[in-house]
Amino acid sequence: MTSTIRSSTSYRVRRQAATTRWVVRGLGLIGLALLVWRVVTVGLAESYPLSFWISQALNGLVLGGVYALVALGYTLVYGILLMINFAHGEVMMIGAFTGVFALQFFTALGWMSGPTTMVVLALLLIAAAGMLGSIVTGVTLERVAYRPLRGAPRLVPLISAIGASLFLQYSVLLVFGVSPRTYTRPPLLEGGFRVGDVFVPYTGVIIFVLSLLLMLALYLIVQRTKLGKAMRAVAEDKGTAALMGIDVDRVIVFTFILSAALAGAAGVMLGFHNTVVKFNSGFVPGLKAFTAAVLGGIGNIPGAMVGALLLGLIEAIGPSALGIPTEYKDIIAFSVLVIVLIFRPSGLLGEVVSEKKA
Amino acid sequence: MLVLDQIHTYYDRIHALKGVSLTVERGEIVTLIGSNGAGKTTTLRTISGLLKPRAGNILLEGAPIDELPAHEITRLGISQSPEGRRIFARLTVEENLEMGAFARSDKAGIRQDMARVLELFPRLRERLHQRGGTLSGGEQQMLAMGRALMSRPRLLLLDEPSMGLAPLLVEQIFQIIRNINEQGVTILLVEQNAHVALSIAHRAYVMETGAIVLAGPAADVLASPQVREAYLGG
Ligand SMILES: Nc1ncnc2c1ncn2[C@@H]1O[C@H](COP(=O)(O)OP(=O)(O)OP(=O)(O)O)[C@@H](O)[C@H]1O
Ligand SMILES: [Mg+2]
Repeated sequence: MTSTIRSSTSYRVRRQAATTRWVVRGLGLIGLALLVWRVVTVGLAESYPLSFWISQALNGLVLGGVYALVALGYTLVYGILLMINFAHGEVMMIGAFTGVFALQFFTALGWMSGPTTMVVLALLLIAAAGMLGSIVTGVTLERVAYRPLRGAPRLVPLISAIGASLFLQYSVLLVFGVSPRTYTRPPLLEGGFRVGDVFVPYTGVIIFVLSLLLMLALYLIVQRTKLGKAMRAVAEDKGTAALMGIDVDRVIVFTFILSAALAGAAGVMLGFHNTVVKFNSGFVPGLKAFTAAVLGGIGNIPGAMVGALLLGLIEAIGPSALGIPTEYKDIIAFSVLVIVLIFRPSGLLGEVVSEKKA
Repeated sequence: MLVLDQIHTYYDRIHALKGVSLTVERGEIVTLIGSNGAGKTTTLRTISGLLKPRAGNILLEGAPIDELPAHEITRLGISQSPEGRRIFARLTVEENLEMGAFARSDKAGIRQDMARVLELFPRLRERLHQRGGTLSGGEQQMLAMGRALMSRPRLLLLDEPSMGLAPLLVEQIFQIIRNINEQGVTILLVEQNAHVALSIAHRAYVMETGAIVLAGPAADVLASPQVREAYLGG
């Protein structure tokens, strides 16, 4: 008796949910149609030269590569702890600060104006310093803000992460002040080359290639190494992983180290790209990278890469294509997120999973 | 080899093990039987450190292990094929086996054991690069046992290895358990399938609502009227 009543209720609820879903999808389609219409009537009507679109696209890829490095951090941690590390943008920002101090140090030593090999070496050390700064931050966060809350309901570590994000931003503000630090590019990084009508800056090329290399390295670590496989095992089932002799806490720390290292590299590259860094430099890029991770399917490593490159491209091309000022590019990024999630709630490459695990 | 002395384990306020004592001697197959919810799985999870007893001692070769984290207990030579198999669904069969050997660093030995496991379960060899989640139930059971063997355990804890298997496969699995035991691995076997379990075990414990109610040589337990009535259908 009761069971029939209950099941008929759940049937009604399910039917309502289905109706809602179709209404939302319909709205999504209308939004999509408006976008296309706008692109055709405004963006294409402007008739920019092809070289303009190409250089915009290149910009987008560069930014997308950096987003990808940060997005991977969100996705790795989510994959293992089912938790959004909201302070990840700040982990990147602190890497960028460490990097800028290393840059000042090497500038003082005269390395930055020395011979090419010396500059390259200094740049690598600056990147390493940035990564190290981020790693220390990330590992500390895990230990202090997340590990004690491991058994708590999922909302609790999320609040802790938001708190940590604010704490890190305002600590940096307190210590280093509001004025931005400058990433002075060495002459080696200035300039670029031309392909036809398209100007390609050196920084862009370097950032994009380095991002790809780091992504490849991460992929190899996760797929091929013993610790990488242990990461995947822990992501699936912590208890059984422990039965294998895997120290779950150590694997979690390793995950934070990998995420932070990528974020640190991204922070230094973004520093050279934007030429400045300040206390809130991590916030918006962090949010974008998080968006990218969700776009690609959070928890999914290739998804984070695809989502980020796509987001970078959309941000770079979108404003001109829609004929709106670039200041509004964030609207485009987040609109794309909403539209994608309407049609694919688990993201582009995300598997359709239920709310189990943990 | 393994001694449980008056173990009490809780799930929050649920008192699941109420003073369980049992011993497993080196080289034995000991079986732990009992009806659903008796506490068999809880006993194994307490031994392997996934659950912490609130009172009592667990000794491995005389040394206390009940305070150690699960991954360290595995490193001491206790390995478990858990209830429900718990295969890593997104890892390949090969990677699942590699995870079983996670605590080891002797590459040559690992390769040797991998070969041995694949010989024991030829079905796994054909599916080496397939994701664990795509295996059939029986194949997953084989993988769970193979994975547990990859740590080269001294003591193997098996939780219902015959669950969901066809009768022919059950027979095969029990034959393999006997083989493993003959190769020197001590076994603590939890089973619903009391008849088969009692037929291969040396000694047996019968559990009811969190406590051991009967213990003795497997043959005696098999013959006892209580057990015949409760678990073997008269
Ligand atoms: N995670 C849990 N939380 C709360 N109670 C639990 C939990 N797991 C088991 N129990 C309870 O502890 C008791 C023993 O469970 P256990 O799984 O050890 O039984 P079992 O003998 O393995 O049964 P089965 O033969 O069905 O596998 C049961 O009453 C069960 O309800
Ligand atoms: Mg059980």
